[in-house]
Amino acid sequence: MSQSLAVARDLEAFVRRDAAGRGRLELLVNGARCAGCIGKIEKAVQALPGVDGARLNLTTGKLAVELDRSAADPDRVVQAVEGLGYRACLFDPAEAVAAQDREGRELAVALGVAGFGAGNVMMFTVPAWAGLFGQELNGSTLTVMYWMAALVATPCALFAGQTFFRSAWASLRRGKANMDVPISIGVLLTLVVSFSETLLHGRHAYFDAAVTLLFLLLIGRYLDHRLRANARSAARDLLALQSPVVMRLDGDVEQGVPVAEVRVGDRLSLSPGDRVPVDGTVESGVSELDNALITGETAVVTVAAGSALHAGALNLTGRLVMRATAVSEDSTLSAIARLMEAGAQSRSAYVRLADKAAALYVPIVHTAAALTFVGGWALGLGPREALLRAAAVLIVTCPCALGLAVPAVQVAASSRLFRKGVLVKSGAALERLAEVDHVVFDKTGVLTQGQPRLIEASPHLVAIAAPLARASRHPLARALAASAGIGLVAHDCVETAGQGIEGMIDGRRARLGRAAFVGVASGGGSETELWFGFDSDVKVRFAFEDQPRADMAETVAELRRMGLGVEILSGDLAAPVQRIADSLGVAWQAGLTPFDKSAAIDRLKAEGRKVLMVGDGLNDAAALARAHASMAPGAAVDVAQNAADLVFTGTELGAVTRAIRVARTARQRALENFAFSALYNLVAGPAAMFGLINPFIAALAMSGSSIVVLLNAIRPELAWRRK
Amino acid sequence: MNILLFLAPVSVALGGLGLAAFLWTMRAGQYEDPRGDAERILYDHLEDLPPVAPRD
Repeated sequence: MSQSLAVARDLEAFVRRDAAGRGRLELLVNGARCAGCIGKIEKAVQALPGVDGARLNLTTGKLAVELDRSAADPDRVVQAVEGLGYRACLFDPAEAVAAQDREGRELAVALGVAGFGAGNVMMFTVPAWAGLFGQELNGSTLTVMYWMAALVATPCALFAGQTFFRSAWASLRRGKANMDVPISIGVLLTLVVSFSETLLHGRHAYFDAAVTLLFLLLIGRYLDHRLRANARSAARDLLALQSPVVMRLDGDVEQGVPVAEVRVGDRLSLSPGDRVPVDGTVESGVSELDNALITGETAVVTVAAGSALHAGALNLTGRLVMRATAVSEDSTLSAIARLMEAGAQSRSAYVRLADKAAALYVPIVHTAAALTFVGGWALGLGPREALLRAAAVLIVTCPCALGLAVPAVQVAASSRLFRKGVLVKSGAALERLAEVDHVVFDKTGVLTQGQPRLIEASPHLVAIAAPLARASRHPLARALAASAGIGLVAHDCVETAGQGIEGMIDGRRARLGRAAFVGVASGGGSETELWFGFDSDVKVRFAFEDQPRADMAETVAELRRMGLGVEILSGDLAAPVQRIADSLGVAWQAGLTPFDKSAAIDRLKAEGRKVLMVGDGLNDAAALARAHASMAPGAAVDVAQNAADLVFTGTELGAVTRAIRVARTARQRALENFAFSALYNLVAGPAAMFGLINPFIAALAMSGSSIVVLLNAIRPELAWRRK
Repeated sequence: MNILLFLAPVSVALGGLGLAAFLWTMRAGQYEDPRGDAERILYDHLEDLPPVAPRD
């Protein structure tokens, strides 16, 4: 049997080639953090034959590789990156195309054009305002100024407003009116009225208002778009976690195939270190699986012929042959990805504060404008003056302050949290966090530190057992090795999957592993212990425990004082969960699958609770996406961090209470801003109706109200600085 | 007053130049990787690498 043929993986499917035959390949690289990583990875990949260039994007974690016309081997690229100690997986070219953020770029260009327009149109309107108060600028010069303003403002407004016009048109054709309809009407009406006034040598033209309005609104749109783009990339990264290439067995020959081509009933080979690609059962072999990503269990699970395997689990110690019982789209990971997508959708249905305000604002303002026009004409103002006043009502009550009321507060709150080590992913997240009345914690890695630590062992014994522990991949053995520090490694080691490791230390044969493997009649039987002993000598026991975070009890007590319910949902075994839950005196459920967790969140939602989920594993990802608000620690898997609204770094759980406090303050400030905007509109609206507004007063009122709203937003910030 | 007819287009053109520069940086993909660029500037050898521009 030809060995090289047996392991040949056909990865050409991941290469996208242009007409000239040059290829492009994308990899998702995990673990790159700094310039050193960039240099190492790019240099190693560029040194490969057939590679023209490589560039790592540190922001997205994607490595783009340019291949020449020769049939370069994508697998060598993956191996080169993994050889440097980073995890790499190939990215489906179809996904890579979808990842190019066309909409985001269009919005940014529109924002740039609107910003240019808003800035430059002022050159002409500021002198024009001077003319309004009977100063030297008057008559034909004023008209020239307005024409120049029109020349700058009109193309900018029409270009930057496309997003609004298109969306408004689409919604009108469906027979509905969304928020973009009044915005489009307002901008277009303002332009038309300004043009007619300029033609008729009138004194009131609002070209600057039209562009400034769009500029302020586009800022909000752009931030909103970034939020949705992040949610989508979370789902994409989860799918990329599935090992893209699977070793399929045809008789005795192994052949690499893309995971999408695996059929039910295929036999697959899994080496130590591989992730299980699809759900299936073990046909032969013994090994241990790390299910932490899927279930949150801290203990590893031993599998043998007949055991069920879930996609995403990590094969730790032995080679396995498995039979696929599901295809990629039906596997556990894909199901979690679908749950997350559904969660993100249900969240986008959340009505934000600003939208609630807009739902009130739009009909009132437009009725007022229409009444001004009809009433003014009926009362003998003439159609021109009536239309001008109606336009003034629309402009002076423009939703700028309304549009800034919430984002300004949220930007200030996010930066305050950022300094305390909490990253906020979106403004909507802060609004939802402020409403939370129930907190659900995952146990492993959230309430606890997430890693087994050796407890109550004498340093002397640890030093004796360490050489054997250093030779093992088992998580408990690694914890033992970590507490011993750097030192000798035992030789002639043989690791028996699911049992333990045997080797020579100082010429004596020793064993480290389960009680039965070492030769002890099963003692505690706990999953979190290791036994060690030399042949025909005393056996010693090492116990491990996942330590709770230092401020766990304090944080839970604080949450209770703030009037929040607390609960633990864990995928771990009942005993360790109960121990922690009892010490805190909170409700708990253990042994939950990812689907149980998200179902439990749905049940709480159905009871009318607004749930904050705090979790760190892949098993929490769906629950994080479905909860009203969610937080993940910085040590969480990327997918959980992407699914969560907030990520807290550092070791303190107190970040949770801090974030809720800041979110509640932010909500308070936002409501105050709305109250101010309403008051302002109550004064400015009638003033415009009665013709007391000119373009200068309109611009002053627009920017004045925005500044007041901004100052109120940073008020907590100023108070905080003084302390 | 005639000077306005000269100066106003000039200043708009200068503003337009700024806008054009912004659009160029967008197209050239300079906002694709802010974190990476912040690191790359620290090392000379990283700048020698050929940039892989995003293709549409």
